[in-house]
Amino acid sequence: MRPTLRSIAALSAAAALLGCPADPGQRISTGLGAKADQIAYDRGLTPDDVAAALKTYMPSGRIDDHIMFASSGHAGQVLVIGLPSMRLLRSIAVFTPEPWQGYGVGGKESMEVLAHGSAGGKHLTWGDTHHPSLSETNGVYDGEFLFIGDKANARVAVIDLRDFETKQIVKNPLATSDHGGAFVTPDTEWVVEGGQYAAPLGVGSYAPLEEYDQRYRGYVTFWKFDRKKGRIDVERSFGMELPPYWQDLADAGKGESDGLIFMNSFNVERATGGVEQGNPPFEAGASQRDMDYLHIIDLEKAARVVATRGVKINGFTTIPLQASIEEGLLHFAPEPKSPHGVDVTPGGEYAIVSGKLDPHVTVYSTKKIREAIARGTSNKDPYGVPVLDFDAVVEAQVELGLGPLHTQFDDKGYAYTSLFLDTAVARWTLGGPYAKKHGQAPWSLVTKTPVQYNIGHLAAVEGDSASPGGGWLVAMNKWSIDRFFTTGPLLPQNFQLLDISEPGETMPVLYDMPIGVGEPHYAQIIRADKLEPWEVYPEVGWNPMTGKRDPNATEKGKERIVRRDDGVVEIWSTVVRSHFTPEHVKVRQGDRVIWHLTSLERARDATHGFCIGGYNINLSLEPGEYASIEFVADQPGVFQFYCTEFCSALHLEMVGYLLVEPASDAGKK
Amino acid sequence: MTTLLRAFVGPRAPRGALRAAPGRFLAPTALLLLAGACLLLSLLLPLWSMKLLAPQYPRGLTVTAYADRLTGDVDEIDGLNHYIGMRPLNDAAQLERAVAAPSIVLMAALCVAAALVHTRWAALLAFPALSFPFVFLADLAYWLRDSGQNLDPTAPLSRSIKPFVPPVLGEGLVGQFKTIAWVESGWLLQLLAAVFIVVGLYLHRRAYKPLVDARPAPEEAHAAA
Repeated sequence: MRPTLRSIAALSAAAALLGCPADPGQRISTGLGAKADQIAYDRGLTPDDVAAALKTYMPSGRIDDHIMFASSGHAGQVLVIGLPSMRLLRSIAVFTPEPWQGYGVGGKESMEVLAHGSAGGKHLTWGDTHHPSLSETNGVYDGEFLFIGDKANARVAVIDLRDFETKQIVKNPLATSDHGGAFVTPDTEWVVEGGQYAAPLGVGSYAPLEEYDQRYRGYVTFWKFDRKKGRIDVERSFGMELPPYWQDLADAGKGESDGLIFMNSFNVERATGGVEQGNPPFEAGASQRDMDYLHIIDLEKAARVVATRGVKINGFTTIPLQASIEEGLLHFAPEPKSPHGVDVTPGGEYAIVSGKLDPHVTVYSTKKIREAIARGTSNKDPYGVPVLDFDAVVEAQVELGLGPLHTQFDDKGYAYTSLFLDTAVARWTLGGPYAKKHGQAPWSLVTKTPVQYNIGHLAAVEGDSASPGGGWLVAMNKWSIDRFFTTGPLLPQNFQLLDISEPGETMPVLYDMPIGVGEPHYAQIIRADKLEPWEVYPEVGWNPMTGKRDPNATEKGKERIVRRDDGVVEIWSTVVRSHFTPEHVKVRQGDRVIWHLTSLERARDATHGFCIGGYNINLSLEPGEYASIEFVADQPGVFQFYCTEFCSALHLEMVGYLLVEPASDAGKK
Repeated sequence: MTTLLRAFVGPRAPRGALRAAPGRFLAPTALLLLAGACLLLSLLLPLWSMKLLAPQYPRGLTVTAYADRLTGDVDEIDGLNHYIGMRPLNDAAQLERAVAAPSIVLMAALCVAAALVHTRWAALLAFPALSFPFVFLADLAYWLRDSGQNLDPTAPLSRSIKPFVPPVLGEGLVGQFKTIAWVESGWLLQLLAAVFIVVGLYLHRRAYKPLVDARPAPEEAHAAA
């Protein structure tokens, strides 16, 4: 037995003996000796605190065995966090320029990624990242790619997990907002992006709110992922027109529900707000009815008929609502009431809808859904979409508490649902094939653990995949209120680590991690050994966007400055500890400067920065990386370009001069 | 001329003696041929390596010397060496590396010749192969000393790192780096070749010296003819 395990064992014994919790300052025996007892006494730690510390503490140099990819909300990034230590490892810039990674601040390659995500001529410099989705093979995380959606602008980004860099942003041509993305199908053939707030389809389309029922529409988009290229293939992607309900979270079927897509909705009331005109505000108008519609989409069939039934909206292939109805691609099942998350069980047998305004989770049998679809139904919504009978498709309803939002799974046949209003995590038992795993009464609440405060999403280890890992769960709390030092009126969010390894009623909170860089929504946790990131780029001169050595990469001794007749100065530089070559770059005011930089480094972590003060440029040149910049030297003067990443003992000396000769002087010569 | 060659090559084992004690005559031939083969094979194997350990390089940096080339983290080590004003590793021993491959082939061929020559000249023929592993280390030590002693006095770290001599075998210290140098499989194979040569030459002498001594001197032979 390793010492740590022994300590925990001793400690649990001590805890059981004493009956915790102890008051701060009370003498406790940690079972770890007098020194540990003294520390526990001085810091006012209970035996539970000490156990939590022993479970989560990572000694210096020890590496976490699980990695969490969390959205950072409107910070527009992805956060990479190690578990169980809850240490922030890094951020990944996605929709927002980020200088440390040299993302979107002058570097041509990353600027192009961001530019592809611009819409209607607007250069967007932020996004509202919501739901990260790791690529899957057979429904299991494979650790190759990560997708994430931007709710504010209806975009999806592709991150390559070999270098943790954003490779592509696709802008949805149909809409300006989304929410049901990104979710992948079990083999990552499709990335699902569902809509949220209905609007006339096609970015830039206009219709007054009076024509809401006729001209406003919801949508879902299926982005075709080309795994070999590591990019979304926009040409082979398509959308589906949906009634103007507000579609919400989605999940892809798997196992026996493979090929189906489930998507919640609210505001089937089609409320159009206008509180200022004496109308009920959206919050009331959208919450009138007891039932909304669970959307059941036959993606497999849709992919087959899109070639013949698709039309172009804003240049993007879209299946019209009428065609979906005729082809039997879309069915509804009633769901109570303005629900939020829909989550498919590991084997795909059930889709679990979390009630939000209803205290239940409603469990739909995917088998019963398929049977009901096969039988047919005469019930239709106002747009002609067939509506299945609620009782015919529901397997169970479990009352959990107030404000159920999202559900995750573990390896023991338990489901975990976040309860926003109760501010708790509920553990409950699945039935069907899962009942033998826990041996308890199926479809029943087991326990609730309070979390602080107002939990939104929750993430268990691989907890939405076909093979949940169990062990850890992270509650993503929207409010922290009094959990940390008051950092002014704007407070961090609170990620709380829960130990879910023990079956039954024990499910303690172990650790609080403040997130002070945005408001995370969803996260996914993957076993670290599934990731195979590069330590340095595979070759010197590697262009991370093309995935190969760039033709403009330069070798030592072949650096050069070429002035062309058309006023373009092109520079091929090398970068290595501790100098840039060349160090003198002289241009004339108004010259167009094209600058290629190649890091010659092969040592791990020998990253250089490259900034030009006054020109809003900063690059991150990781070992072996090629990057380029293009700018017009419109500001005359003497500028320094220097290394912004402390690289070596001679880091400060790693500098060069950019001399921009004023146009008036240049003319004299 | 033929006579001189015959005197150089020496006597062949008489058929009767060969049949009576084949081992006596075949053992030295086999050992010398084996030595040549080992030497040839060593061209493909590393002869020596140095590992450099520092806190910033938890896995260390390694430079490995083959007879004709250096491999490993040469660029990284050169990159570090420029701070202390040491010449690039590949500037050293350029001539040696250029001639190493043909020389080794030649030395192996000389071992084959030594197996065929049954006079004391065989020892001379086998001597280059016998001495090669030691010459290699001596030359390496010379270049290590030369590189470590001739640092650019204007280098950035010249006040911190004084000229030094990295040991060709064993541990040394340069700046924050600990150096550990040791021989590799190719060198051990060359050493094995040297052992084969020593033993082979001993058995060679035991087999052929009595035959050489029994023959008339070249002049007498000439006179008799």
